[in-house]
Amino acid sequence: MSTTANDPAAQKKKGGLSDIRKIFGGGQSSLRQFGILGSLIVIIVIFQIWTNGLTLSPTNLINVVNQYSYILILAIGMVMVIIMGHIDLSVGSVAAFTGIIVAKSMAEWNFPWPLAILLGIGVGVLIGAWQGMWVAFVGVPAFIVTLAGMLIFRGGNQLIGQSTTTPVPQEFGMIGAGYLPELALPFNFNVLTMLLGLVGAGWIVWNEIHLRRQQKKMGSDSAPLWVSVVKVIVLAGVILWAAWLFATGRPGTSFPISGIILVVLVILYSFITRNTIFGRHIYAVGGNRLAATLSGVKDRRVDFFVMMNMSVLASVAGMIYVARATASGPQDGNGWELDAIAAVFIGGAAVSGGIGTVIGSIVGGLVMAFLNNGLQLIGAGADVVQIIKGLVLLLAVGVDVWSKRQGRPSILGLWSGRRKARLETQAPDEAPTVAPTNQANVSSLPEDLTRR
Amino acid sequence: MMPQPILEMRSITKEFPGVKALSDVSLTVMPAEIHAICGENGAGKSTLMKVLSGVYPHGTYTGQIIFRGEEVQFRDIRQSENAGIAIIHQELALIPELSITENIFLGNEINHGGRIDWRAAKVRAIDLLARVGLDEDPDTQIKHLGVGKQQLVEIAKALVKDVKLLILDEPTAALNEDDSQHLLDLIRGLKGKGIASIMISHKLNEIEAVADEITIIRDGHTIETLDVHAGGVDEDRIIKGMVGRSLESRFPDRTPHIGDVFFEVKDWTIQHPQVAERLVVKGSSLNVRRGEIVGLAGLMGAGRTELAMSIFGRSYGTYLSGTIVKDGQEIVLKDVESAIDHGLAYVSEDRKQLGLNLLDTIKRSVVSAKLSKIAKRGVVDDSQEFGIAEGYRKQLRIKTPSVDAGVSKLSGGNQQKVVLAKWMFTDPDLLILDEPTRGIDVGAKYEIYTIIQSLAAQGKGVILISSELPELLGIADRIYTVFEGQITDNIPASEANPEALMRSMTSAKKKANA
Repeated sequence: MSTTANDPAAQKKKGGLSDIRKIFGGGQSSLRQFGILGSLIVIIVIFQIWTNGLTLSPTNLINVVNQYSYILILAIGMVMVIIMGHIDLSVGSVAAFTGIIVAKSMAEWNFPWPLAILLGIGVGVLIGAWQGMWVAFVGVPAFIVTLAGMLIFRGGNQLIGQSTTTPVPQEFGMIGAGYLPELALPFNFNVLTMLLGLVGAGWIVWNEIHLRRQQKKMGSDSAPLWVSVVKVIVLAGVILWAAWLFATGRPGTSFPISGIILVVLVILYSFITRNTIFGRHIYAVGGNRLAATLSGVKDRRVDFFVMMNMSVLASVAGMIYVARATASGPQDGNGWELDAIAAVFIGGAAVSGGIGTVIGSIVGGLVMAFLNNGLQLIGAGADVVQIIKGLVLLLAVGVDVWSKRQGRPSILGLWSGRRKARLETQAPDEAPTVAPTNQANVSSLPEDLTRR
Repeated sequence: MMPQPILEMRSITKEFPGVKALSDVSLTVMPAEIHAICGENGAGKSTLMKVLSGVYPHGTYTGQIIFRGEEVQFRDIRQSENAGIAIIHQELALIPELSITENIFLGNEINHGGRIDWRAAKVRAIDLLARVGLDEDPDTQIKHLGVGKQQLVEIAKALVKDVKLLILDEPTAALNEDDSQHLLDLIRGLKGKGIASIMISHKLNEIEAVADEITIIRDGHTIETLDVHAGGVDEDRIIKGMVGRSLESRFPDRTPHIGDVFFEVKDWTIQHPQVAERLVVKGSSLNVRRGEIVGLAGLMGAGRTELAMSIFGRSYGTYLSGTIVKDGQEIVLKDVESAIDHGLAYVSEDRKQLGLNLLDTIKRSVVSAKLSKIAKRGVVDDSQEFGIAEGYRKQLRIKTPSVDAGVSKLSGGNQQKVVLAKWMFTDPDLLILDEPTRGIDVGAKYEIYTIIQSLAAQGKGVILISSELPELLGIADRIYTVFEGQITDNIPASEANPEALMRSMTSAKKKANA
């Protein structure tokens, strides 16, 4: 071990930045995500100035949530798929397929809307099981399975809908275009939205206190108190401010229902990926499938459920979209898979699998959303928007790959200075261990072990 | 007068950061000579050949290479090939989907302005195949050939390049008796045509039969060069040169407390996962007592790892027959999960590929093989995780600033300690350790030995697979030898010596007396 690494002073010094990083769970990919969060803030600020304050106006924020919630929901599932080293190209078609079935069930078979939603989720489960089976148990690469699915379910949508649009009843529109209701209270803002904001802020405070208490109990280093205080104030402040913006929009609008669905799913899936055995297994298989199976992980089962889950979320996204558009059409969900995949990679996931987080992907998705939205606000055409989105994706992943090759954890390694880099680079006594492996012992491992 | 040697390597020294892989090694090969190089795994044979063939370019080693009377300084393999040195690796470098002809001329195509002349190529291929004694249609795809025939195609490929010196790295390791014989005959035939060969092999009987000279390398030093024709060279003589190393005090002292047999494997037979007729493990039986460290000795490819992994929840090969008895009861371990639940642990020899998720942190790695132990209803309690990892960090002295650090940032020895911690966390009764000290420096090895001994002292059984005989003799209480998938001997360590072990590891003559 290098002396730097063992020097307690060096450890203490790393405070600040790395503690803020812990917002993202302190994992290895968190630095990258922190960089993306910085980019998101920069993008928002630039457009806020450029559009003379239009970007952060209540109406526009509500608009962004309404327009992108379904992409972000897809990104939640997609990051899990990508951590596993797979990809899902079928999500747009699955969303459209679910959309048309749900629309038909209400318009022609007179299903009440709650039953229609259950039906939609059921369709997602079945499609997911179908695709998961091919990936996990037959062993067809997910790229192929979902490419097929993309064609099959797009065709299915157009066959069932006869390539025309099918309208949905108004009550159903709630999940895509509804808002938190107004309470009959004498306030000139939406009370429920503010309450939601307060709950969020309160949770931030409680979480930090809990974290510090636990760290103290285990005797591990916790960040200096001021870092925690600043962190809590900033985060809680942002949440309350955002809640205020949503609560004070045009009368009749407030925080969208689709946004609530999104927030619930983000919390749920962050929990699943971070705190459950299943979540651990996703990272284990994605990081090193052979090592995971030799640790008793049933990798095929994980493959299956992750693919299935993606289709379920795609059907949720499809229903929200149909609700917002008030009809299901033959071109619904075209290209969504690409937006979701882009969000995940911008959010710090690795192409080779094993790395990525739900929160990171949401931030990545928000980068795309605000970029898109801001460019539209300043009047850029769809052509320019696409070009810029493409360049941003390339740049984000390119910088990541480049900085990894430089031995730095991310572009933020450049910002946060060498102190951190020194701490994290490989210890010098790593080297000899590589040598003997090169030198002689060709592994006597069975050569056919990498069977999958 | 003496003819000029075709190759002289003079005082070659090759260092990797912190490790001297070769130190002042010299090798002289005469024209039309078959020169064998012998040594234990890790002695430096392959490194020497990589220096010679330009895999390690000139400048990364010190010393001189004189080939056909001139000093050469190869910068890459291509240059050494052009000079007339061809190396045939253990792992064949043929492309299965291409035909024999296409493979022979790959990278060396007969062409006119970029257009390949397949007709001329095929004519030459037929001629080359005749030279190596391979009776196959040159249009046959490589994947339809057996390993033996593929080996011959490799040699044909070398002959295209007008080879003067052929290097064969374990050429017969994967071949059966007939194919091996054919290959050895071919090497002799090439010798008759003036082509010299350097042959690395673990099969001492073959070396004895075919080699003119034998150079023995041990721990990166040339020990001696034996002239086979001068007489007095037999397997025992070679083995003595290979293992003649003193044991010193590289191993911690220990008084074993050995209990009763609690784990038995009986008539274990495992088939190769792809090649149905190939049995990788043949009717092997072994047993382990409580508190006992049982060594498993065997050369590369003998089937040790395959045996271990197939016991560990059938994670290798296709199970054919055999039973496992633990604590007097027969158990069936159909998958890794059930193996772990029954108290088995397997520490792979390949830490980076099979042992760890290098993207993960230390604390998450430590608990990864038995998450259920710190989880309630599927939810992992990460506060416990930290405490557990801290405990192992102190107990095993894992050198890291924090258990939150990524395992990829640790040195090999510390990574291995994390792997050991990971398996100790599963509370195993039997630990199978596959080359636990490979690629680890001496100091860390000592610490790993201490950990192994303390596990045995807790009454756990340990199966230790190792290619280093001194390690087995220093640590194990009893040693099984494995040769071609069979257990060939079972000796208490106190009665074992390297020569006897090496003999049982290289032949099936002696039967197990378990």
